[in-house]
Amino acid sequence: MSVLIDASTKVICQGFTGKQGTFHSEQALAYGTKLVGGVTPGRGGQQHLGLPIFDTVRQAVETTGASATMIYVPAPFAADAILEAADGGITVIACITEGIPILDMLKVKTALRDHYPQVRLIGPNCPGIITPGACKIGIMPGFIHQAGKVGIVSRSGTLTYEAVKQTTDNGLGQSTCIGIGGDPIPGMNFVDCLELFQQDPATAGIVMVGEIGGAAEEAAAAYIKAKVTKPVVAYIAGATAPPGKRMGHAGAIIAGGKGTAAAKLAALEAAGVAIAHSPTEIGQRMLECLL
Amino acid sequence: MNIHEYQAKKLFTDYGIPVPVGYPAFHAKEAVQQAAILGGSAWMVKAQVHAGGRGKAGGVKTAHSLEEVSSLAQKLIGTRLITHQTDTQGQPVNCVLIEQTTAIKSEIYLSLLIDRSRQQIAVIASSAGGMDIEEVATKTPEKIITRTIDPTVGLSEYQCREIAFALGLDSNQRKQLTTMLFGLYRLFLEQDLSLVEINPLIIATDGNLLALDAKINLDDNALYRHSNWSSLYDPSQEDEKEHRARQFDLNYIALDGYIACMVNGAGLAMATMDVIKLYGGQPANFLDVGGGTTAEKVTEAFKIIVSDQQVKAILVNIFGGIVRCDLIAQGVIHAIKETGTPLPVVVRLEGTNVETGKQLLMDSGLTVIPADNLDDAAKKAVQAVRG
Repeated sequence: MSVLIDASTKVICQGFTGKQGTFHSEQALAYGTKLVGGVTPGRGGQQHLGLPIFDTVRQAVETTGASATMIYVPAPFAADAILEAADGGITVIACITEGIPILDMLKVKTALRDHYPQVRLIGPNCPGIITPGACKIGIMPGFIHQAGKVGIVSRSGTLTYEAVKQTTDNGLGQSTCIGIGGDPIPGMNFVDCLELFQQDPATAGIVMVGEIGGAAEEAAAAYIKAKVTKPVVAYIAGATAPPGKRMGHAGAIIAGGKGTAAAKLAALEAAGVAIAHSPTEIGQRMLECLL
Repeated sequence: MNIHEYQAKKLFTDYGIPVPVGYPAFHAKEAVQQAAILGGSAWMVKAQVHAGGRGKAGGVKTAHSLEEVSSLAQKLIGTRLITHQTDTQGQPVNCVLIEQTTAIKSEIYLSLLIDRSRQQIAVIASSAGGMDIEEVATKTPEKIITRTIDPTVGLSEYQCREIAFALGLDSNQRKQLTTMLFGLYRLFLEQDLSLVEINPLIIATDGNLLALDAKINLDDNALYRHSNWSSLYDPSQEDEKEHRARQFDLNYIALDGYIACMVNGAGLAMATMDVIKLYGGQPANFLDVGGGTTAEKVTEAFKIIVSDQQVKAILVNIFGGIVRCDLIAQGVIHAIKETGTPLPVVVRLEGTNVETGKQLLMDSGLTVIPADNLDDAAKKAVQAVRG
């Protein structure tokens, strides 16, 4: 078991024939992901990596029965690509693209809320989602993962890899890892992922990696207190970040005194979450929780 | 991206939001000319820097003669203004805004911003204008009015009325506020803002509303669809190293410490700073070289961090996913040789081709200090500084 994707998930790639799309489609295929084709408008009917290219997502879904997509199209066109995927019948959308204008994302989120409530958007500006040994949709290095029992949800790419490697090294492994991304207006948030992990029988414990900015960690803390019975380990990055500065991620900013690491850690600690004070401790904390 | 008050007020004017008449001046002589064009017997002289708290820091003054305009402009231009929002160096003043003075009856706070929790644009207003809004929110939250705007509906007149009534405005002012809010909303959408703030929005003694200050943040991600933004960008308001990093597509932020770090990924870069602090050191910077970094970018990043005179040690922390550790190792070796830096360099590599990368560093003949994990790397960097 896993959440959102498994070995039977049929995946397409939007921005299939571009440099990023090509490279990561090759990687996904090598990992064993059931990639069934891709979309590049104007090149429908051709082949790429031995798979069919479609002009539109709708055609791709009708022909292949795909239910998931990974989006590598450039930022100016990414919001449109998300909407096309949702309208074309895709239910799990992983948008890897970084740099989408925030007003575009407001529109996308509103459209998903009003017209496509069944759609799960992961990202943008994220590494994607992986169920180890079954399906990899995104840019994460497949080889550090191992099928297992920890669900990981994170706002940061390389910090996720830290948590993954440690839980692989200590033998726990991962059920599914979801990178929700570093943007201020993300698709799925911590609460959405916690809910899925709580319901998933394969997930025994949950690692959440947050960072400064916004109040998603505080919302997660409230949700954990009310609804999550599985052990949760949290790490929050940015305790030393100065206020008012964007720390690489568009969403990682302490604005108006809000969104500090201290406030997030306090909320999570009060909700009974085990805190890792350094990313190096994440694996060990999870191991202690699951003993 | 931040812009200056005078640039924001120009945008306000374009969108029908009333501001005091005024002109920017880049030297004292120009300031006097602008004041003369404005006429009257008193003028505001406002330092143009990308920071709040200018008034308390002496950056906003009233002049009662053209001579005084000249001397105030002279005193401000070419200096650095230190406010509670700047670092200890302050921000350079290259320009002052000369404005007509206005008689104030009362002050209001008004802003539009992205409400991340509600995932909508929010209008925030308060009768406690001219004050630090964060303080108002903490001490007297009942004085803050918030309305969010559904993108599919847009701003509604009833929302403007609700805000106006809560602020205690009269019928004429209610109409003015509605017009102003519609202008601000249009400005927000058309110019891709992430924040517009008027503090204070004043009720003048004649009863009319007027935006006395103007703060605008532009969404960097939308740069590609606004060709006019390049003319609004003022590199002088940025740290010189941050400006250089931006040109190489590196995310760099200068801090006050002495252990420089170079990391791939924003979250890991923040975590690296935090762990340095956890082990008793002080990080000199935030630096994310990005997921798909190259040896060239590593070299440029190295040059930027060693140009900081405060730096006493360097910590390289790379988790190679897409990027291969052997490529990073080559970049680090090349960078150390090219910069000839005498500083201790602690390197932690993990991920793709990590063994080859470590071997390259060992065979390089350079005294690089290897580390097993982030904690180990931070401890070794702190140790290297203490000697």
